[in-house]
Amino acid sequence: MSSELRYTANTQLEHLHARYTGTGHADITKYEWLTHQHRDTLASIVGHPTLTSYLAIADNESIGRVKFEMTERMLQPCGPPPAKDED
Amino acid sequence: MSEETPRLVDSFTAPKEVLQEFAELAEEEDVDPFAETASKRQIAARQSDYHNRRFNRVANESGDAFQDGEDSGYKEAMRLQMLEKEEQRVKRLIEEKEKKDREEGKENMDLDKTPPRAEIQAAAQELAAAAGSKRKRRWDVGDDDEKKEEAKNENKEWSDQALEAAAPKKRRSRWDATPADVNAAPTETPKRSRWDQTPAAPPDVAPTPIIMNAPGFMMEDKHNRFLTDEELDAILPSQGYSIVTPPPGYAPMIHPRKLMATPLTTSLGGFEIKESSDAAAVAAAAGLAPELPTEIPGVGNLAFFKPEDAQYFAKILKEEDETELSVDEMKERKIMRLLLKIKNGTPPVRKTALRQITDKAREFGAGPLFDKILPLLMERTLEDQERHLLVKVIDRVLYKLDDLVRPYVHKILVVIEPLLIDEDYYARVEGREIISNLSKAAGLAHMISTMRPDIDHADEYVRNTTARAFSVVASALGIPSLLPFLKAVCRSKKSWQARHTGIRIVQQIAIMMGCAVLPHLRNLVDCVAHGLQDEQQKVRTMTALALAALAEAAAPYGIESFDNVLKPLWLGIRLHRGKGLAAFLKAIGFIIPLMDPEYASYYTKEVTVILIREFQTSDEEMKKIVLKVVKQCAATEGVTPQYIKQDILPDFFKAFWVRRMALDRRNYKQVVETTVELAQKAGVSEIVGRIVNDLKDEAEPYRKMVMETITKVVASLGASDIDERLEVRLVDGIIYSFQEQTTEDQVMLDGFGTVVNALGIRVKPYLTQIVSTILWRLNNKSAKVRQQAADLTSRLAVVIKQCGEDQLLSKLGLVLFEQLGEEYPDTLGSIIAAEGAIANVVGMTQMNPPVKDLLPRMTPILRNRHEKVQEASINLIGRIADRGAEMVPAREWMRICFELLDLLKAHKKAIRRAAVNSFGYIAKSLGPQDVLQVLLTNLRVQERQSRVCSTVAIAIVAETCGPFTCIPAILNEYRTAELNVRTGCLKALSFVFEYVGPQSAYYVDSVVTMLEDALTDRDLVHRQTASTIVKHLALGVAGLGCEDSMLHLMNLVWPNCFETSPHVIGAVMEAIEAMRVTLGPGVLLSYVLQGLFHPARKVREVYWRIYNSLYLGAADALVPFYPDVGELSEGQNVYDRYPLQVFI
Repeated sequence: MSSELRYTANTQLEHLHARYTGTGHADITKYEWLTHQHRDTLASIVGHPTLTSYLAIADNESIGRVKFEMTERMLQPCGPPPAKDED
Repeated sequence: MSEETPRLVDSFTAPKEVLQEFAELAEEEDVDPFAETASKRQIAARQSDYHNRRFNRVANESGDAFQDGEDSGYKEAMRLQMLEKEEQRVKRLIEEKEKKDREEGKENMDLDKTPPRAEIQAAAQELAAAAGSKRKRRWDVGDDDEKKEEAKNENKEWSDQALEAAAPKKRRSRWDATPADVNAAPTETPKRSRWDQTPAAPPDVAPTPIIMNAPGFMMEDKHNRFLTDEELDAILPSQGYSIVTPPPGYAPMIHPRKLMATPLTTSLGGFEIKESSDAAAVAAAAGLAPELPTEIPGVGNLAFFKPEDAQYFAKILKEEDETELSVDEMKERKIMRLLLKIKNGTPPVRKTALRQITDKAREFGAGPLFDKILPLLMERTLEDQERHLLVKVIDRVLYKLDDLVRPYVHKILVVIEPLLIDEDYYARVEGREIISNLSKAAGLAHMISTMRPDIDHADEYVRNTTARAFSVVASALGIPSLLPFLKAVCRSKKSWQARHTGIRIVQQIAIMMGCAVLPHLRNLVDCVAHGLQDEQQKVRTMTALALAALAEAAAPYGIESFDNVLKPLWLGIRLHRGKGLAAFLKAIGFIIPLMDPEYASYYTKEVTVILIREFQTSDEEMKKIVLKVVKQCAATEGVTPQYIKQDILPDFFKAFWVRRMALDRRNYKQVVETTVELAQKAGVSEIVGRIVNDLKDEAEPYRKMVMETITKVVASLGASDIDERLEVRLVDGIIYSFQEQTTEDQVMLDGFGTVVNALGIRVKPYLTQIVSTILWRLNNKSAKVRQQAADLTSRLAVVIKQCGEDQLLSKLGLVLFEQLGEEYPDTLGSIIAAEGAIANVVGMTQMNPPVKDLLPRMTPILRNRHEKVQEASINLIGRIADRGAEMVPAREWMRICFELLDLLKAHKKAIRRAAVNSFGYIAKSLGPQDVLQVLLTNLRVQERQSRVCSTVAIAIVAETCGPFTCIPAILNEYRTAELNVRTGCLKALSFVFEYVGPQSAYYVDSVVTMLEDALTDRDLVHRQTASTIVKHLALGVAGLGCEDSMLHLMNLVWPNCFETSPHVIGAVMEAIEAMRVTLGPGVLLSYVLQGLFHPARKVREVYWRIYNSLYLGAADALVPFYPDVGELSEGQNVYDRYPLQVFI
């Protein structure tokens, strides 16, 4: 049985998954997965006011600036994607 | 019996006639019993003549408009089409002339079809004037310069040479050309395209001329072909008859063709394939159904094979040496094999063949594919299933071929367009799908240039289908892209047919696209608007119909788009009569509801005069339209009740409330609907007052129409408007018509129930009379009448109670109780239902007969297998168990419990559900022990449905009596060494935990050991059901402090995530998801992390799946649990999550 046919009962669910960013698959690279984690983390900080103000105090910045920086950092939070291997 | 055999004294034999009869019977057995149904399945056989006009169509190769240097295509098509039109016109001219001559008695009797010289000259002049010099090449032998063109066109099947070769060199038109003579055929084969040939014909047989316009393929069918002289001689006696010479001047419309070179004189069995070596094929061709091949070399087994198929698939029916074939021939055979597999194969064979033909479509090429597919679709004996499959092939192939289909667009359209007017909805949808894909593949410009010639085709059928096809193109490519073309066509000066078709396209667009026309409404209306003043009556009618369709599609918006047409429409109704008027009225009927109230009122008044005049019409179609328009006008806001009462109602009732209207079903419906709509404005008493006396009319259909109208009016508007006098007449009429009905149907019953319920307490004075009617009818001889009386009782019970007539109810109850011995199940069901209705309104304590007598009487009835009886009884018993269980001894209830088990096998879900619920009620009053015992024992039975219902019943008992009463018993039963019982117990538990929810927190620890056992069982189903239990448990106990046992269960569930069976893996995944809720995503993540980057792909796939569902469920909550992987950072990629490392 081929791997994509294995879960035929829930294929619709699979389609659903494919529509969400952040979900992964068996061939995901370390970089991609960790990038998602970082974005989730940043989003979580922006989304929880308590976390934002905690960071603002620690960094001695305004809450707005923390939010801004977190949002900015969501673009390539782990740096540029590593060069592809030849194969 | 021969003379030698000794005659036995005691042997006697049947009379001769009887033996003869048997012999005849035996002979008759030769008759193919499928023949009759087969012809019903054939699409062509059951369709109307109009539909079958598709066989007259001519397809031409539509040259690719985007390729230069090819002068077939649009120009050629237009030329052919012009010629055809011209031909028809001249023919008509000649016909008319002849008719006129005949009428004037000028006809001399030897009519040799040669018109007088003067006529020929006149016709020739006409032709010359109309078609210019070009027409010559069709009617005469071509000129020199035309020969050149022909040389270029050599392989176009419609080139003159082909035509000439096909027809003997006589002056005759293609129109009535007899297909080629057999002898002539072999010489001309190279010139004909594949399209014309019957695929079946081996090279030495004349190719069947164009299948597309074969004027009757059915003729070759052995059932339908012409009888030859020899056959007639054999059938008719030789003496006493003489052969009459045909009357002079007789010329058959369609020449009985000598098709297929079949020597009909020698074989009487339909067509035959000459020199076909394969015995099976010969047999097949002879029409002997049983000998038809079911196995064909290279194809394998087929589901069926029809004699007609042999024609098309002859080339693959016999074994051939494949090495001698050219590449193209190989390809052709490959396609034929695949098509045969798709058309006639069993589903699996069909599926693979379909996939193959799709994959290889581009490799095969459009030409070879469509040359094979399209003739099959035009076969007369085609059946629905075959057509569906072939259409499917076209669809798939189209998708692959994309713009390669261009040359075949017209051919495909000719075949597919008829689907658009098929009576089968799915055929229409398929047709639309194909044409829409086709237009996407070929592009708008190409579609227009291909279909343009058909727009003013002489045949109405062609124009009709083309219009529909165009509307599909419009919906596929968008209305705006087609608008310029539509504008041009609708204004065409060349022919009214073009304008007519253009306007019809707009109509079809509106019908097909519905409210999607709104953005383009003004443009579309402007497109057709001028058609209202066209000089052709047909164009005006079609314009009005198009406007009606547009208004209907746009409702309730878009009145401003119709501004331009209001005046001509309203003027038009004064100018037109008959069909034209009907169309105009229809348009007005649809436009009025879009208007603002004051305009609507004004325009309604304008149109009413005409409507009232047309009330008198005898035309059925007009009547329907008038009724519809009245309904639409009455429904608009601006029309006042006063106006309706004064101006419309008197004439309306005079014209339509007559007995004659009740006879035709469609009129009947329309009148009722319109009257109900008028009642919304005019009020109940106005309408009911006018018709109530007709409830006593002597014609039953008319009474029924009155009753239905009253029912609908009263149901929607209530009875408060009805005054005392009217009330008397109404109730009187209703009782009269109810008693006088001869055909018992719903209408009278519904009417009675509705009116009485609407009147409510006001019927009290009449109740004695009504109930005595019911009682009298309950004892009627006819079962139907008794049933109706019982049904009426159940409808009236509530009202009788409202009126405080309890003694009447108890009387009815007693009579019904006595009737429980009824033998007709339908009637019995109604009686029980009536008893139930009475029990419902009076309550269990007041019920007469007392419940303790009623219930024992019901027990044996429960064994009745009839669904209606079962449902009625289980409802009654369930009600008694719910409300008055204590009035019946426990032993009786146990007896009922056993009977109820049988009801769990019922087909109807409502019955099973009622039975299961009854267990709950009974358990509540008796205590769960005994009921539970019955149910647990029932887990041992064979039937799955019964077991499943038992488990549900156990769960319901657990829910009503508390889980603690049931769970120990279930756990105990689980120890039985029988698989069914154990699964049943697990299922019951899963339902229990699903129903009790958070209560399960108290029982987690007691079931853990059992779940341990079930989750480690070898049986897959055990683990699946156990996982379901875990899911329900986990969701139930979330947040209630059972994490320890849940974690334990999680460890047992987790290894099952590698299961592959869909149900099992589904249950396991759900259990894991439920665990996320109880244990929190962090715990789950720690499980998942183990395998996300496992070296084995199979493991990774499963783990990522779980991760994904975890992530979707709790993305934010996962953030703190992600592992710290800062040490993996390399180069530019830093993986530390610094914001989380901040401390204050």
